[in-house]
Amino acid sequence: MDILTLFIVIPVLTITGLVLVRDIRQVRIVAAAGMGLQLILSAVLVYLYLSVRHSGNTDEMLFVRDLVWFKSLNIHYAVGADGISVAMIALTSLVVFAGIFASWEVDFLPKEFFISLILLATGVFGFFISIDLFTMFLFYELAVIPMYLLIGIWGSGPKEYSAMKLTLMLMGASALLLLGILGIYFNSAPDGGQLTFNIIEISRTTIPMSAQYLFFPLTFIGFGVLGALFPFHTWSPDGHSSAPTAVSMLHAGVLMKLGGYGAFRVAIFLMPEAAKELSWIFIILTSISVIYGAFGAIVQKDLKYINAYSSVSHCGLVLFAILMMNRTAMNGAIIQMISHGLMTALFFALIGMLYGRTHTRMINEMGGLMKVIPFLSVCYVLAGLASLGLPGLSGFVAEVTIFVGAFQHPDLFHRILTIVATTSIVITAVYILRVIAILLLGPVTNEHYNHFADAKWFEKVSAVTLISFVALIGLAPYWLSSMIGTSLQPVLEKIIAINPF
Amino acid sequence: MSLANFLVMRHELLLTAAALLVLMGEIFGDPLKKRSVNLLTVVLFSAVTIIGFLPSPPGSLFGGMYIATEMRLLMKNILNIGALLVIIQSVSWLSKDENSGKISEYYILLISTLIGMNFMISAGHFLMFYLGLELATIPAAALAAYDRYSNKSAEAGIKLILLSAFSSGILLYGLTMVYGTTGTLYFDEISDLLVNGNLQVLGFIFFFAGMAFKISIVPFHLWAADVYEGAPVNITSYLSVISKGAALFIFVIVLFSIFPVIIESWQKTIYVTAVLTMTIGNLFAIRQQNLKRFLAFSSISQAGYILLGIIGGNQLGMASVVYYLVVYIFSNLAAFGVVAAISNVKGKESIEEYNGLYQTNPGLSLVMLLALFSLAGIPPFAGFFGKFFLFTAAAQKGFYLLVLIALLNTIISLYYYLLVVKAMFINKSEAPIEKFRSDFPTRFALGICVAGIVITGFASIIFEVIKDMSYGI
Repeated sequence: MDILTLFIVIPVLTITGLVLVRDIRQVRIVAAAGMGLQLILSAVLVYLYLSVRHSGNTDEMLFVRDLVWFKSLNIHYAVGADGISVAMIALTSLVVFAGIFASWEVDFLPKEFFISLILLATGVFGFFISIDLFTMFLFYELAVIPMYLLIGIWGSGPKEYSAMKLTLMLMGASALLLLGILGIYFNSAPDGGQLTFNIIEISRTTIPMSAQYLFFPLTFIGFGVLGALFPFHTWSPDGHSSAPTAVSMLHAGVLMKLGGYGAFRVAIFLMPEAAKELSWIFIILTSISVIYGAFGAIVQKDLKYINAYSSVSHCGLVLFAILMMNRTAMNGAIIQMISHGLMTALFFALIGMLYGRTHTRMINEMGGLMKVIPFLSVCYVLAGLASLGLPGLSGFVAEVTIFVGAFQHPDLFHRILTIVATTSIVITAVYILRVIAILLLGPVTNEHYNHFADAKWFEKVSAVTLISFVALIGLAPYWLSSMIGTSLQPVLEKIIAINPF
Repeated sequence: MSLANFLVMRHELLLTAAALLVLMGEIFGDPLKKRSVNLLTVVLFSAVTIIGFLPSPPGSLFGGMYIATEMRLLMKNILNIGALLVIIQSVSWLSKDENSGKISEYYILLISTLIGMNFMISAGHFLMFYLGLELATIPAAALAAYDRYSNKSAEAGIKLILLSAFSSGILLYGLTMVYGTTGTLYFDEISDLLVNGNLQVLGFIFFFAGMAFKISIVPFHLWAADVYEGAPVNITSYLSVISKGAALFIFVIVLFSIFPVIIESWQKTIYVTAVLTMTIGNLFAIRQQNLKRFLAFSSISQAGYILLGIIGGNQLGMASVVYYLVVYIFSNLAAFGVVAAISNVKGKESIEEYNGLYQTNPGLSLVMLLALFSLAGIPPFAGFFGKFFLFTAAAQKGFYLLVLIALLNTIISLYYYLLVVKAMFINKSEAPIEKFRSDFPTRFALGICVAGIVITGFASIIFEVIKDMSYGI
């Protein structure tokens, strides 16, 4: 068995194990062990990837495994990984691992909770390793549907409404996506020959322009909804705020990245010509996402809503950078995905831990937490600083790369919108610092708070894991960006072939 | 009759024999052990199902009136599996005291309708087709009225018989036009003689209306909800799964083998009715509180999706229709099986009464969850693959807009399927349905359905076999 398939097999085995065990202690241990193993495996994968690349292998995809599944339609189970998918897989394992520990104290139907959570993770892993559009789509839907139960059963607030809204919007997006995939499939061999779902094979041909004009917007919007593209982002704040902690982490940290990754891997990579022509529409929309999300975060009072809107803003930036279609910006987009995935997961984990103590998420009902729970508060400050792009943490690296890349476009349109998007950094600083000031600093507003215990061991595991990687990327970004850089080459070659820039 | 002839029409002959044996069992069996008829039927029917799968050469009988090809045999086998599941699911319901005096009637009527469907599928001549159609319909009406002291059941029976008589009349009227312009009722001769004349197209439209009634395609669907609600649950599942499946099979056969000449006409007809069927079926399903009506409307919309496989008139479409019906049989019978299990033991059928079901009956809730997700087309269950192939078949012929409409409809359907999921898993209830353990036949049938839902999708061989067989009808 190849290493990539293991990323699906281990979660499936973990789920099987969870079905078999009885009491809550065993459930926790099995879940943590399974996802711990997954984390180790992804570390091995990064190591293998780097060593194979170092030995001079320049294939587009490594660790490729291709099995025929439905022969008559040429559907394959095809997996492969390049630097980008390896990075995303590593991110996913980290966030899932941290998520398991953040939801250590789930006591209502814990077995079902962890099963659904790991099922969701299985979908995400499968999505990132797929290089066949059919399996990719299958895993995409597999990742979305457990959300309904996770939010509906274990959520809070208007959970039924949020769960239904999120599921229907994301499945609606997948409807557009499916149509786009079918369109790509039936145009994958314009000169006759075997139709294919394989991304690499399709990328070697040029899909006819008439088809591209139709299917690029479908595919891009289909993935864009998941990446919180304005005006299809409305599922995100409701969904995130109602979801339980680990689900918010996984959702904002990883699931939204499916949107950016898919838009990059499918929409732009396979249909660069139409992307070039139509990108202006989506650049405007993503700029709105960036600014609107940031402003939205300023006026919210609920910590989760603040973070959800901030995610809209940051994920908008990912799509914005992808649409810039040059090396630097795209490199930044991938780093932003990783960086945002880590820090937003950290945010949601910390919010869950705070909520577990204060039983409120309204910032004006809390205050002075720095004095009573210093560990969690310091973590929160670190997450905030990463989010507003402080040098030394991952957010800075990502955003600087994106804006430098975007500004390389010589024309006025791109430059003005880049400047507009850049202002989001300032707005981000406003809402982050405001929350820190109200929430953590100042006098302790409620004397009840003096009895709070600081982070328990499993909370520390969760937070420290995430923070160390935020700092790692911030301090030593080069290994990551070089890993991504080689894998951007095929996309860039296709783009340059259309329009030397 | 030689052995070869027997093999060619073994489905019909064996089913007839089974029906007669059940009758004998009723007459000569111990009157105090009426329930042993259940066991007898299950054993006989299993044997028929297994023998049906034995390989046999294709052939035709009665001067071409009866045709058996690989594809048609496969269709019969699929129906046999479905009917077997329905029979096993019915055992616990028939074992109730109120039904003990009429167990064998149920089986004989059910098997008779199945014989009719088999003749219909093997028809090579419109006379044979019509005989099969009537044989499939009249006992079905008697089945719908099975619970004869219940007003609703009697109403269901009378509605079914009157309306199907009416629709048969319309269908026959269409056939007279076809006969009038071609001078023959043999399928192969008609297809040679059709020239896309106006009268022929009109004849097709009438034929279509008659078939649309059987498949419950909008606007010929209004009988479905009332009949499905009134009839006992197991009969509802038989009508909405097996009857509908058979009608779809024969519809595909006739369209593909007789009417390819006027493909443009029937593509337009199907386009409009498919959009209407999906949309109206879905929108009505949202409002339903009774689970039987709910599943009735959901199955109307499912028929709409299946039309997408037919519309292209291509080989992939035919394979996807047959494949989808396999998936549909497993998924819908699982859903109906759960409804029947709960209805038989607790008498509860409304969605509200399912609140909190997961807390008390996790097994049944999970089966229902799988069934609904499969019907909604959620991976990794079989329904996802089935829908994907149907949509691919339509997209292959360039019906992208229709596929988009169908996809948006699957989102609507997801909404109401999730309402049931929400009732079972999320809603709290003061008085949930108490914990109970259903009997062995019910659990066995549900187990097969679940296995079918899970395996049919992943095991690509099932689709490939169907695809390989769908070269000619």
